[in-house]
Amino acid sequence: MSLVGQRLKRREDGPLIRGFGRYVSDMAAGATFLRFVRSSFACGTITDVTIPDNIRAYTIEDLVGVDPIRPLLFRPDYVATEQSVLAKTHIRFVGEPIVAVLGSSPEEAEDNAERVIVAIDATPAVTDVDAATTTGAVRVHEQAADNTLVDAKMRTEGLNDAFANAAETFEIGIESGRQSAMPLEARGGHASFDRRTGRVTLHASVQAPHQVRTGVADALGIDEALIRVVAPDVGGGFGQKMQLSTEYVVAVWLARHIRGDVIWIEDRHENLMASYHSRDQRYTLKAAFDDNARLLALDADLRCNVGAYSTYPVTCGVEPLMAMGELPGPYDFREYGVRSRGIATHTCPMAPYRGVSRPVITFAIERLMDTAARRFGIEPAEIRRRNLIEDFPYTSVTGTRYDHGSYREALEKALETIDLPSFRGSQQEARADGRYIGIGFSTFNERTGYGTPTFSTRSMEITPGYEMVDITMDPSGGIEARIGASPHGQGLATSLSQIIADETGVDVRKITIVHGDTDRTPYGWGTFASRSIVISGGATKLAAAKLAEQISTLAAHLLQANPRDVVLSAGRAAARGKDADVGIAEIARLAYHQSHQFTGNAYEKMSARASYDPAGAFANACHVAIVEVDPSTGQVQIKRYLTVEDAGRLINPMIADGQVRGGIAQGIGNALYEEIIYDDAGNILTTSLADYLVPTAMEIPDIEIVHLETISDATITGAKGLGEGGTIGAPAAVINAVVDALQPLGVEIFEMPITPQRLRELIRDAQSMQ
Amino acid sequence: MSNKVAITLNVNGAAHAVEVEPRRTLADALRMDCSLTGTHLGCEHGVCGACTVLVDDKPVRSCLMFAIQTEGTAIRTVEGLANGDDLNPLQQAFHEHHALQCGYCTPGFLMLGTAILESRPDIDDTELRHVLSSNLCRCTGYQNIITAMRSALDDAKS
Repeated sequence: MSLVGQRLKRREDGPLIRGFGRYVSDMAAGATFLRFVRSSFACGTITDVTIPDNIRAYTIEDLVGVDPIRPLLFRPDYVATEQSVLAKTHIRFVGEPIVAVLGSSPEEAEDNAERVIVAIDATPAVTDVDAATTTGAVRVHEQAADNTLVDAKMRTEGLNDAFANAAETFEIGIESGRQSAMPLEARGGHASFDRRTGRVTLHASVQAPHQVRTGVADALGIDEALIRVVAPDVGGGFGQKMQLSTEYVVAVWLARHIRGDVIWIEDRHENLMASYHSRDQRYTLKAAFDDNARLLALDADLRCNVGAYSTYPVTCGVEPLMAMGELPGPYDFREYGVRSRGIATHTCPMAPYRGVSRPVITFAIERLMDTAARRFGIEPAEIRRRNLIEDFPYTSVTGTRYDHGSYREALEKALETIDLPSFRGSQQEARADGRYIGIGFSTFNERTGYGTPTFSTRSMEITPGYEMVDITMDPSGGIEARIGASPHGQGLATSLSQIIADETGVDVRKITIVHGDTDRTPYGWGTFASRSIVISGGATKLAAAKLAEQISTLAAHLLQANPRDVVLSAGRAAARGKDADVGIAEIARLAYHQSHQFTGNAYEKMSARASYDPAGAFANACHVAIVEVDPSTGQVQIKRYLTVEDAGRLINPMIADGQVRGGIAQGIGNALYEEIIYDDAGNILTTSLADYLVPTAMEIPDIEIVHLETISDATITGAKGLGEGGTIGAPAAVINAVVDALQPLGVEIFEMPITPQRLRELIRDAQSMQ
Repeated sequence: MSNKVAITLNVNGAAHAVEVEPRRTLADALRMDCSLTGTHLGCEHGVCGACTVLVDDKPVRSCLMFAIQTEGTAIRTVEGLANGDDLNPLQQAFHEHHALQCGYCTPGFLMLGTAILESRPDIDDTELRHVLSSNLCRCTGYQNIITAMRSALDDAKS
């Protein structure tokens, strides 16, 4: 029986459930503790640093030979900036590291940090995209006029005509608050200097260990061979841990400097203040529709606040370029104009966060569709029905190829499951009782599992993302697969084992997946962007198939059969049409220890390598939220949540469901609660979990999932990615439902998150108008 | 600066004689002085609950309690749940129902869940959700944690 498609329990669980996981902070014993003195001003100049005599503390002047981080895009509109790993003279955000301080315990390191005095001549800061692009605004980086680091544009020829001839045109403005991925484990690194070899092993809570190694080695100006990076158990990442944190460069430098072990464990205050943020975006969208409510054209101005620095390796282009390319989404229209900017401000830098701009663009397009539906007097579902792409493969207005999907089917399935007419009936009854319930839809597609054919269009100096897999059978018949992806909660070891078991006939319990260690794994790009099951999974399938073929040739020799007739199953190799078989473990033993029995080098047939570098596959979904709003408090209660989603073939449906539910929970938080707030001076006001509100079990409803499985030709396994889809779809569905609920009051919402306070304000305004 | 105090912590039935500064939290003492790193720190200000342990059978935030406050108490942590290689029923339910992804919040939920199983075996679904909202999970969306918890409660009754 095929293991692919089974709800196999996770092999990752055992140690984590027993308390025997190994996260970076679990390695503190014997290490020297590192603490950073960070800027308490958003903008200014360091005038003096006073370090008491008996404290080991280091400024950038001490870090001789350490280069700044200089992420690059090869685009004419990109303005390169650089970040010193410890601030040199200029301060650009609250939380920027200035001095590295050591102590023999975490308490002592904190005490020492408090005794270091940094004098800063503070000057006015710019914190939002409006202020940053005002004429005469303070420049965050001298070389960037208008603080614009990325300024990308495209425009189809017929755009003006489409607007001129349209039956209906209108404009909406969209705002998204700034958010944090908030992995429950904050960042942390343990750098250990080996006196014997001169190497440093950096255990770090990261998603892309190979790029961290490259980045640290480049910054220190040393060979990569002198550094090993290991991602041990990692307590969530969601994008925040795929960038090179400058703190890791400092930790490795210090380990080499003191010739010992240095550990940095970020606390939550630092994490919310100085780890990466995302989603701080403002859009203006102009739309043109024909008289049948069909979208003809879209003209968009997208401004993304990218914070104080471009970050390594994906650069500050990641959000604006994603937004620009993917904005057209699942809808069929042919005229598109867009300007998308990445704008620097005196705020914490940005990293990708689950969905990368797509939660915001989906929110924007889906609010636009609902607004249009209201203007045309039709159901939100109907306007989507008229505009969703139906013929595949489809080439979008940006030239992107969409593989086969089920955009219409997902919508229709959702409508059938939710029973819209019955809901509208109960909504009318509720309104008669003075209750506000509403339904919201979100239909979207999502590019997943994309490699260099797609990333290369962004012109990045560092272009992800193929994957290689090395697979080896040992003399006892066990299989080890070494992968470049770096899972941290996604259950990838379980899913890949299922793929290998199917290809080789080896018991899944005899399969080991090695990941997250640059000494043990081929160069790869880690885990992010809904890529691992597609790309690493595809490479794994190819490598396992190669190994299986090689085992079959050895079996054929032993069974005196044709290799094509050998079938590997249940741990044995059998020859079709013959009453003979041999154990796969026995073949392995002979290949290593009795290789002379075979022609050729049998032991070489125990290993294989394969790689995979696809252009990507588009997953799709339709989310439906039903909410009740308490107009007196602004509280939104989600009564029902459904997703009909299509990620192709599900390798492990249990794990897939877990990804979908977790993603939707984050999207609900992004829609209703989570917001990083700065004041005008650039002070961050949300540095505790009492201020930055992550949803609990009380706010997240049970989530109904219906899977459609469209198998396209875009991936080897038939699987598309689904790690981000939940987060992408949820804000639009939830907020569309809130607007629908509040129709009697005429409340319109074009911002996320719609926190209770903000919703109360809109309701108050609407009531005073009535 | 050091004014360490010698205390004995009783953790999972074993005595740990440690010397700690009065300001050392229970969480840090467990992790750094007793080498019991299964208890995790997610916020160090009492919101996330990843550091939940049982002190005299009550769930507490070990990041908000000083180690010296716990002398003479019985402390239980995630390391004490399994019986050798055998997972206890709550741990088994977490595995069966895919109630964890990255696993960082899991020890805190397991200890909170243990307290629920022991002190409120008849808890209804609404109350269960309410009590579980004490702790944060960023990966699962909670549904599978609630399902695992309900399953363990039902099994304990039958």
